[in-house]
Amino acid sequence: MDKTVNQKAWFLVLPVFLVVAFSAVLPLMTVVNYSMQDTFGNNQFFWNGVGWFKELLDPSTDLGGRFLASLGRNLFFSMVILAIEVPLGIVVALSMPREGWTVAACLIILALPLLIPWNVVGTIWQIFGRPDIGLLGYVLNAIGIDYNYVSNEVDAWLTVIVMDVWHWTSLVALLCYAGLKSIPDAYYQAAQIDGASRWAVFKAIQLPKMNRVLLIAVLLRFMDSFMIYTEPFVVTGGGPGNSTTFVSIELVKIALGQFDLGKAAALSLVYNLIILIVCWIFYTVMTNAGVERKVQAESEPAVEPKPSAALKPVPALKPKEGVA
Amino acid sequence: MHSIPGRRLIMGLFLVFLLLPIYWLVNMSFKTNSEIVSTMTLWPHTPTLQHYKRIFTDESWYSGYINSLEYVVLNTVISISVALPAAYAFSRYRFLGDKHLFFWLLSNRMAPAAVYALPFFNLYSAIGLFDTPWAVALAHCIFNVPLAVWILEGFVSGVPREIDETAFLDGYSFPRFFIKILVPLIASGIGVAAFFCFMFSWVELLLARTLTSVHAKPIAAIMTRTVSASGMDWGLLAAAGVLTIIPGALVIWFVRNYIARGFALGRV
Repeated sequence: MDKTVNQKAWFLVLPVFLVVAFSAVLPLMTVVNYSMQDTFGNNQFFWNGVGWFKELLDPSTDLGGRFLASLGRNLFFSMVILAIEVPLGIVVALSMPREGWTVAACLIILALPLLIPWNVVGTIWQIFGRPDIGLLGYVLNAIGIDYNYVSNEVDAWLTVIVMDVWHWTSLVALLCYAGLKSIPDAYYQAAQIDGASRWAVFKAIQLPKMNRVLLIAVLLRFMDSFMIYTEPFVVTGGGPGNSTTFVSIELVKIALGQFDLGKAAALSLVYNLIILIVCWIFYTVMTNAGVERKVQAESEPAVEPKPSAALKPVPALKPKEGVA
Repeated sequence: MHSIPGRRLIMGLFLVFLLLPIYWLVNMSFKTNSEIVSTMTLWPHTPTLQHYKRIFTDESWYSGYINSLEYVVLNTVISISVALPAAYAFSRYRFLGDKHLFFWLLSNRMAPAAVYALPFFNLYSAIGLFDTPWAVALAHCIFNVPLAVWILEGFVSGVPREIDETAFLDGYSFPRFFIKILVPLIASGIGVAAFFCFMFSWVELLLARTLTSVHAKPIAAIMTRTVSASGMDWGLLAAAGVLTIIPGALVIWFVRNYIARGFALGRV
């Protein structure tokens, strides 16, 4: 599938380019502009150079301290939810029923949390976790665990993490399920004939086939958890204290709460830069994986015609004959 | 061989974990406020429809659903119609800067909404679109258009190139080929892409809330406002929440057979 070079294709891409440029480049220009200026209100701006950026990256200032603390919290949060959601998602995908109406039922229930508006997700867990009216909070307190996400930092963190697992594990599971579905039955038959253990099947067949979708899953989950705003904001409001204030919450506080345009703009740019770098790393890895796969696919047909699966036991028998 | 031991149990437990909080919300929406606050009941003992009735009769409530649906549909239509030709171009041709453009698009899907909240507010106020569904629909394009291009590119690549060539040999013009042949072939892909645009536009709150004040206020924003004003009307809040889940559930039902493929963005 070699693509032909055709510069006229730009005309087809032009609408997308214009729409996204309008909503991405123009606003970003404003941000760059603000990040270099200070204001005394009243729409009077003056040049501040890299002042805001210096303050932002210096932990001893108020702005820098807040930014770096929220960045640390956010990275920790992303790592924790990735460590839970990716393995759990794989397990759930492997537990999917094979056929019949249960498949559709499971798919629908799995997809359900993904389509709930993010503030309603927050509301659901806010209610569910309350010790007075929520099932979870009530039960936990009834069995003697002192649980209150409003006043206790650890409880607040646990609530936010469990909420995210509830909200997004389905995404990982559905992606993995899509990857698993693309494995031809012949692979499993071959493995069965070879007497492969379940673990071997997982490691040699299922995991490699899920590689690509897992990469997408990790990318999407990392990015979305790195810019999480609505759900923790509704549940904890960033509290107690600042313990669940993530980068986006901090940014909105500075930008729309205090209306500190310069600081907010500098924070935005640094934030965006981090995202861009991570995104670029993933993109490169993904493109390389795609190229490798193509090379493999081209060399594969000669090595592995499907019917040979039935022949596989023969080489396995030969050494035995030799022994006998 | 596909699955692991105890899969029914794992799946069952996970589904219960997913459904329990939702059940609790539904449960609460049918209770009276005095029942919610005074006792812990696993199902509504004095079931009532008063909260739903209030939402369907009070314009300040139900207009929120209409506003939300308005910008979600607008956004889906815009996203799909600009993404289709671009997906075809990315799938079939190589052109100057194609890889960079693709990466740039992808990076916009990942851009944090919080970064754009303030500049969008300025931009749409300046051009007079503030507090209209158009503002939110255009703002949501920043993450939905790249996503739509990404998904559709996968589906277009699944259409054999010979079909294009045959059509052009048969004398189809490009627009005619596009509408008569290509679009029907990737109809399921368009469905999946529309589903994702709908989903991400429907669940987003930060931009939708920032870009509207009165006339185009989305239901999600109305929920947060009313709660703080009226001192926790839990039953009403729960009922409003349940009603926001329903459009999503309906949409899932229509695309249930394509969900898995769509989640892998058409390129498994």
